Amino acid sequence: MTQATLLAAPKRMVELTVDGQTVRVLDGSTILDACRQLGNEQPTLCYGDTLTPVNVCRVCVVELEGSRTLVPSCSRKAEEGMVVHTDSERVRLSRRLVLELLGSSVDLSTAPAALEYIEQYDADPSRFGPDAATVAQPVKIDNDLYVRDYSKCILCYKCVSACGEDHQNTFAIAVAGRGFDAHISTELDVELPESACVYCGNCIAVCPTGALMSKAEYDKRVAGTWDPAGETVVSTVCPYCGVGCNLELHVQENEIVTVTSPHDHDVTEGNLCIKGRFGYRFVQNRSA
Amino acid sequence: MPDLRLLEAEPSAAERIAIDAVLGPGNGANGRVARDDRTKRHLLLPALRAAQLRVGWVSEGALGYASRRLAVPPAEAYGVASFYALLALDERPADITHYCTDLSCMLKGATVPPGGHASPCLGLCERAPASYRTIAGEQPVEEQIPAAGPPLPQAGDSGLRLLRRIAAGVDPESIDAYIQAGGFESLRRAQELGPDAVLEQVVESRLLGRGGAAFPTGVKWEAVAKQAAQPHYLVCNADESEPGTFKDRVLMEQDPFALVESMAIAALATGSSKGFVYVRAEYPLAHRRVQNAIDLAASRGFLQGFEIELRIGAGAYVCGEETALFQSIEGYRGEPRNKPPFPVEVGLFGKPTAVNNVETLFNVLDVVSDGGEAFAGIGTESSTGTRLFCVSGCVGRPGLYELPFGATLRSLLDLAGSAPPKAVLLGGAAGAFVGPDLLDLPLTYEDTRAAGVTLGSGVVIVYDKDADLVGALLRIAEFFRDESCGQCVPCRVGTVRQEEALKRLAAGRAQAGELQTLAELAQVMRDASICGLGQTAANAVASAIANLGVFAA
Ligand SMILES: Cc1cc2nc3c(=O)[nH]c(=O)nc-3n(C[C@H](O)[C@H](O)[C@H](O)COP(=O)(O)O)c2cc1C
Ligand code: SF4
Ligand code: SF4
Ligand code: SF4
Ligand code: FES
Ligand code: FES
Repeated sequence: MTQATLLAAPKRMVELTVDGQTVRVLDGSTILDACRQLGNEQPTLCYGDTLTPVNVCRVCVVELEGSRTLVPSCSRKAEEGMVVHTDSERVRLSRRLVLELLGSSVDLSTAPAALEYIEQYDADPSRFGPDAATVAQPVKIDNDLYVRDYSKCILCYKCVSACGEDHQNTFAIAVAGRGFDAHISTELDVELPESACVYCGNCIAVCPTGALMSKAEYDKRVAGTWDPAGETVVSTVCPYCGVGCNLELHVQENEIVTVTSPHDHDVTEGNLCIKGRFGYRFVQNRSA
Repeated sequence: MPDLRLLEAEPSAAERIAIDAVLGPGNGANGRVARDDRTKRHLLLPALRAAQLRVGWVSEGALGYASRRLAVPPAEAYGVASFYALLALDERPADITHYCTDLSCMLKGATVPPGGHASPCLGLCERAPASYRTIAGEQPVEEQIPAAGPPLPQAGDSGLRLLRRIAAGVDPESIDAYIQAGGFESLRRAQELGPDAVLEQVVESRLLGRGGAAFPTGVKWEAVAKQAAQPHYLVCNADESEPGTFKDRVLMEQDPFALVESMAIAALATGSSKGFVYVRAEYPLAHRRVQNAIDLAASRGFLQGFEIELRIGAGAYVCGEETALFQSIEGYRGEPRNKPPFPVEVGLFGKPTAVNNVETLFNVLDVVSDGGEAFAGIGTESSTGTRLFCVSGCVGRPGLYELPFGATLRSLLDLAGSAPPKAVLLGGAAGAFVGPDLLDLPLTYEDTRAAGVTLGSGVVIVYDKDADLVGALLRIAEFFRDESCGQCVPCRVGTVRQEEALKRLAAGRAQAGELQTLAELAQVMRDASICGLGQTAANAVASAIANLGVFAA
């Protein structure tokens, strides 16, 4: 009986105001959804379209009238009558400072979105001086398929969600430590080959900063031959098993450098397994 | 089923016995998880604590065994274990002492001898400098040092309400002594009245929460009571880790049956069949006495239909934040959840939950016995009842004081034999400094709010003319840096930048715009942090700059 009602009940709409414009969204939508419906894009770093929001980066905060604090637009549900401001002084200050805090502690050189926001919000990460503490550390190269450079990690939790509950259900990595020492880690910080990792690469696919990067891309960057401008993308279907995941092969100079999968696929939502993600190494070896 | 490659290290026999004592005996089949163990993730922290109490640290074998038994992915178990300051993941001696280097102990010349561990406030501020010692073994020892504090300063005062049994010296380990002192009369009265009438009295009393957020208890309880989802939980927040706070420890150590009785009343009113008391690890005497009180009350039939479980923390201030506390009980890292949804709807194990501070619950006994209206007649219009104040620092008679709301700061300091203060920290590290100009401030929610300060958890730390205020600010900044859970950027990095800026200011090496940077950090931590920890991490510093002129050019 409950099921019948659930099926029958039409989804309610809620109406709210964003920057003076009225917008109606389906009940259950977030403030971010409402903004997007208005074409009013908000900066996001820890939000992922296929992931449960963890709302930790706080770069998407907006001002909600009646709320003591700013609220994260990526996770806060839209409610009837809400009045939201996405570009007030308060909002701009918080976004700018959050970007300065990140930029002063993390290497954002391969994080295009973050760099763009820093520009957009006129953030100055150097304001905390030359002695500001950072998360700089040696890059972890412990397997042939991908590298982990946690000097570039903004601790957005996306890889953890992708490896665990949201997608892969492998739980090879988690957040360990606390405060500024919090970091992404396998159990007891063991190397990846000792951990539960199955090299599906779904964490790489969601990482917004390049902290997780295929070995192919990493090697090319080190060699100075990384050439995103000259990259072409070929769509195909994974040949390995009956699921038939859609693949996007990123090719530079006749070499597959990365494999991704479109997010708008109902079943795979951008995820692959080791064969789809890294099987090209095999293809290339064979054709060589 | 997740594809877990479980840690392979085996526990020692002693570790296995210690963990099995918490989880029940394993099924022997290695690597296989017994069906009913899969729902016991909430026992992860108790299991790790048991292993550490036995051998002094959490070894790879102990961590692996606990994670295998409970089907917790090893990476997550490691994430949990590495979250708590008191859990050691490297081998160390069995005998460890943690020396408090926090605000009140600093004022009493605290030091950390070689081999000792520095600690944030241990909740023993009235007997500063204080320490906490653990000796792992078959019969583990946990000690608070000094073992006893000064006697209750207001012992002879007939106006005491919350402290009256303690002042009268009622034996905290004897249920008969408690009953003779009028114990369980309020519970009996509540049972006569029934849940609705109890709720009505609590609403009428206008009792506000004493844990720091000053939320109306009656409103919270009504919200839980009316939730359709079942079961409802009651959680007593006894994590008490705000520097300078020790009131809940005194209540639990000296009057534990009253806590059990008040929880039984709260359970009746909110329709909860299960309650938890979450006590910080550093309160071993409170653990023993509260457990004893729970056991005796249950065996005498006072808790019919209601079960209370004691849970013990492992060194994390943030676990006093109500949703972090739920995460901790459930066996996850103590990372606060985003609100809404609020605990009254989605709380412990995702169920409607009433969470209350120890002192808040104690007040309910009088609300029920005397009626809400009579209770509301004490104190002021908006701050009803009496309030406990944890007075420490530069005073002749440090200790726990009880005064009706509305008494002035000056009258409290006079009672405590205070030196003429240069400054007073109200509300702890998350609170604010006031100068001598505010000595006539009436201690109420409304007056402190109007003055831009807070009563918080009732902390009153007195700084005399020779006290080192800059040192206190540096210690507060260090505290928040250490205790940030690390989830959100404004707090994780902001607390580090705040400390760096203060260190430069203290050393006379300020950068251009340093005070402006501190002010911006304060606003953004307040505005954009997930929880109250980050939101208040700049309060004391900002108040010292604004109210005391510290760092004025
Ligand atoms: C960082 C942090 C630590 C807290 N610690 C405690 C605590 O130790 N004890 C407590 O009762 N409340 C603490 N609180 C407040 C709780 O979140 C919650 O408001 C309180 O337990 C509710 O009980 P009350 O309504 O009876 O005050 C803390 C809040 C924050 C943000
Ligand atoms: S590659 Fe797959 S299994 Fe390995 S850590 Fe990333 S998401 Fe987890
Ligand atoms: S490694 Fe990447 S995805 Fe994972 S937390 Fe860091 S920045 Fe986010
Ligand atoms: S404010 Fe601090 S303690 Fe609270 S969630 Fe954010 S990082 Fe954690
Ligand atoms: S995108 Fe919303 S908090 Fe990170
Ligand atoms: S016990 Fe040392 S400051 Fe509280």
